[in-house]
Amino acid sequence: MKIIISNASPEPIYQQICSQIKTQIISSELEEGAPLPSIRKLAQELHISVITTKRAYEELEKEGFIDTVVGKGTFVAIQNMELLREKKMKSIEDQMTKLVQEAQRMGIELAELQEILTILYTEND
Amino acid sequence: MTNALEITNLCKSYKGFHLQNVSFNLPTGYIMGLIGPNGAGKTTIIKTILNLVMKQEGSIKVFGLDHQKEEVAIKKRIGFVFDTPAFYPHLNLKQLKNVVAPFYEQWDNTVFDDLLDRFTLPLNKPLKQFSRGMNMKASIAIALSHHADFIIMDEPTSGLDPVVRREMLDVLRGIMQDENKSILFSSHVTSDIEQAADFITYVNQGQVVFSKTKDDVNESFAIVKGGNDLLNASSAKSFVAVREGEFGFEGLSADVHASKKIFGEQAVYEKASLEDIMFYHNLKFKSTN
Repeated sequence: MKIIISNASPEPIYQQICSQIKTQIISSELEEGAPLPSIRKLAQELHISVITTKRAYEELEKEGFIDTVVGKGTFVAIQNMELLREKKMKSIEDQMTKLVQEAQRMGIELAELQEILTILYTEND
Repeated sequence: MTNALEITNLCKSYKGFHLQNVSFNLPTGYIMGLIGPNGAGKTTIIKTILNLVMKQEGSIKVFGLDHQKEEVAIKKRIGFVFDTPAFYPHLNLKQLKNVVAPFYEQWDNTVFDDLLDRFTLPLNKPLKQFSRGMNMKASIAIALSHHADFIIMDEPTSGLDPVVRREMLDVLRGIMQDENKSILFSSHVTSDIEQAADFITYVNQGQVVFSKTKDDVNESFAIVKGGNDLLNASSAKSFVAVREGEFGFEGLSADVHASKKIFGEQAVYEKASLEDIMFYHNLKFKSTN
């Protein structure tokens, strides 16, 4: 897990933690069931208040990204379908972005690209 | 959530100085920073908690126990550091340890040696040859070597160089990995408090101005800057205090959302540092007295 906190950023620190952990869960850098550091450990490492890390975890838990098991710790939640779909969509979008950039570099028009996509898509049916 | 410390309506009067109805709580498992200008009453509050100064009114509970009736039981579990360490100057740390250790059932030599090592303090040099910073470090090492559940420190970082200050804050954070420990420390080095504290209690002229979580403080207070034309009798009231200059005003708002409603896009909003917060509250105190 990687978290970089900026004290100069106008975004509250707990939100910085939330969004960075979320990104890593969606990109599968943090896998389902992976253990997260305790709120006290994270506070110590990031040199921030325990209250801030607690708030970040509470937020992530509310949104269903992580689960806390009393006495065991905090883990990346087993993803629900909607979340998983969002995650996959994100990954497709990322790949398509690369594809579009490549096409643009080669001067391929949108229509031509759409045509290729249509052929490839229907070919598999 | 249990409280390591509960102070309710504490009053104490000296000639020319009064602690007035001081109340605040420190939940177990957290660090509280006590800030305020010189002479605000920080040391008096700390000394009344330790019953070194007799309170006149109010109640103080440490670990839920009355601080006077259960004094011995409480003090076994407390570690304290004063701004001017009072140790016998002709003793070295080894001898001093032998004086202090028997008072505590839970004294731990391994912890003590480890701290001396971290703070690079010599065992065999008499304390009178120590610099102020070394004395402070020695005092901290002694306070932290009996597995205290509650650590009370009055200006622990004064006289320490920035490197050692960080080292000390790291030691404190290490202690806080145990959720049964609590720390109260006063300081006017606001950066220490900004770095380490979970709760901030601000006292001025013997009164608690606020006692809240650091996140609350960071999110509610803001410095607002704008042209003088924005200031009128009603908008000026939204500030804790405001300074008018030739080219514009600068004020401390205790509620940034309310200020944004009043001034909108015409003003500039910046995060208020603890120093800003102390400075403007002091301005307010000066103007009302």
